[in-house]
Amino acid sequence: MRVRHLLRKLGFYAVAAWIAVTLNFVLPRLIPGDPVQLMMSRMAASGPVTEGQEKAMAAMLGLGHGNLLQQYGDYLSSLARLDFGLSTTYYPAKVSDVVAHAVPWTIVLVGLATLLSVALGITLGTLAGWRRGGRLDALVPSATFLAAVPYFWAALILLYLCTQVWALAPSSGGYDETYTIGLNTRFVVSAVQHGVLPAITIVVASVGGWMLGMRNMMVSTLAEDYVIAAEAKGLRPRTVMVRYAARNAVLPSVAGFAITLGFIVSGSLVMEIVFSYPGMGYTLLQAVTNNDYPLMQAIFLMITFAVLVANFLVDLLYSFVDPRTREATS
Amino acid sequence: MTATATALAAPPDDTAAARGGRLRAALRSGRLRAGLGIVAVLALTAALGPLFLGDPDAVSQDLSQAPSAAHWLGTTQTGQDVFTQFVVAARGTLLIGATSALIATAVSAVVGIGGGFLGGLTDEALSLLSNIFLVIPGLPLVIVVAAYVGAGTGATILVIALTTWAASARVLRAQTLSLRTRDYVLAARLYGESRRRIVLVEILPNELAIIVSQFIFAVIFAVLTQAALAFLGLDDPSNLTWGTMLYFAQNADALTGGAWWWFIPPGLAIAVLGAALSLISFGLDEVLDPRLRARRRRP
Repeated sequence: MRVRHLLRKLGFYAVAAWIAVTLNFVLPRLIPGDPVQLMMSRMAASGPVTEGQEKAMAAMLGLGHGNLLQQYGDYLSSLARLDFGLSTTYYPAKVSDVVAHAVPWTIVLVGLATLLSVALGITLGTLAGWRRGGRLDALVPSATFLAAVPYFWAALILLYLCTQVWALAPSSGGYDETYTIGLNTRFVVSAVQHGVLPAITIVVASVGGWMLGMRNMMVSTLAEDYVIAAEAKGLRPRTVMVRYAARNAVLPSVAGFAITLGFIVSGSLVMEIVFSYPGMGYTLLQAVTNNDYPLMQAIFLMITFAVLVANFLVDLLYSFVDPRTREATS
Repeated sequence: MTATATALAAPPDDTAAARGGRLRAALRSGRLRAGLGIVAVLALTAALGPLFLGDPDAVSQDLSQAPSAAHWLGTTQTGQDVFTQFVVAARGTLLIGATSALIATAVSAVVGIGGGFLGGLTDEALSLLSNIFLVIPGLPLVIVVAAYVGAGTGATILVIALTTWAASARVLRAQTLSLRTRDYVLAARLYGESRRRIVLVEILPNELAIIVSQFIFAVIFAVLTQAALAFLGLDDPSNLTWGTMLYFAQNADALTGGAWWWFIPPGLAIAVLGAALSLISFGLDEVLDPRLRARRRRP
């Protein structure tokens, strides 16, 4: 039963991945005219283009020779070899190398900040929902306000205050470029210094949403009969709050986390652009402004796959946590 | 349990008297009144404001001036009146937000409840559809599409709607999966009620609170996404919104140049709109779910 459930899920995510890959194949066809020629000329205007580049890109974009089916085959095989060609923005670096350099920055900074934000938000939401109408609950409207602030706007104001008015933090980049990347103290300290301000903006911007969702589910769950029964049994309030109410109220947040994991990569985009942080988002914008189509495609696929894998994992987790979902789907 | 308390709530009583009572109860909620008040003021401003003001793009000799009696919110680098731009932009922002959210909510209700209730192959297909839309992260997709073909207002609305509906469809599906195994739904089935009636009468009313709050949050999400897109220069800059105002302000280094009156108001307005919408959502939760309203405060 368990294995079948797992295989079925795996199968569906494989189909979803295939459709995402195919979408990436279709997108360049939206360009009117001959996309390869157009892109080659745009790329040539902003960076050097090599001999093999045209062929590599035609294959990558699925616009090579032969009929549609052959083109699709070329596209899939270059994808399987992770051969995205060369980047014009970071010439003569390979696209796959550029992406590999960008990924860790995004995962470490945005990942840690998001985990912190989730833990903080769920804890605060549990307490606010438990003491409905209490002091913490009175803060909820302000948390709502924080969740509705345009992220880049708040980040720019914070950046302005912390770099120009008070000179507390470095204004851009991921580390002081006089140091070499590696496990040496000076680099790590520099990277942390550069990371604190972006991380704070992510936590401040997202904690309100988690708190709000958890608080509302707490309020709903507290009205359930089993919570009232637990109270009537004379269990300690703490036990009722954590084991009975919060444990059930957290489920939508678990389901919501799948979606958020996807947004970790894409949401960091704006943060990285505001802070010129050398992760995926910043690299994507560089690719777009420089008409670096191979790099753009690689990053888009990368983000899409990250989201797919995350969804699969959370789906598995969710069916463990909530058995009824499993019964209903099997 | 994924269930909210609404799941166990009594079937809605639709007599006129009960509805009037509920409306009165709703307006007793301070949060709902405040939220509705703010949204009403903003909507009226957006609808009527531009009629009383001149051309938002008109330039003048007053360059980068601080707020004064002549220019309530100062002027831009090229001497445009920020207040006029602000009011006209409210219209563009609200239209994009409301339209995208309406499309997204309608699609998510059909897909989420339909799939969750019917189960089987239909559910698999619709889940797959939701998952595909979920796995395409909105912002990168729009950036890539814009890089290929360029973006306009209609395209922005569609892309925002298409990247929003999947998340709430998933929430509604999860809720429906949980509801359909409840005793009262089983009872209705045994009783021989038609599927349509079970969905419309037993399930839909008990998810109304979620649908309304999904719509409200879809509006907030749409406004924020549009602002981010415009800020990145990926929305049509000729359609004035709070997002495009921020784009122009940032390009003119308004904040670092000290022109806070140009940079602060649009962002603040988006935040106030979002907060007001959330307040409405809170208030409605209390109205649609009597048990939340009646519940005493916990010690």
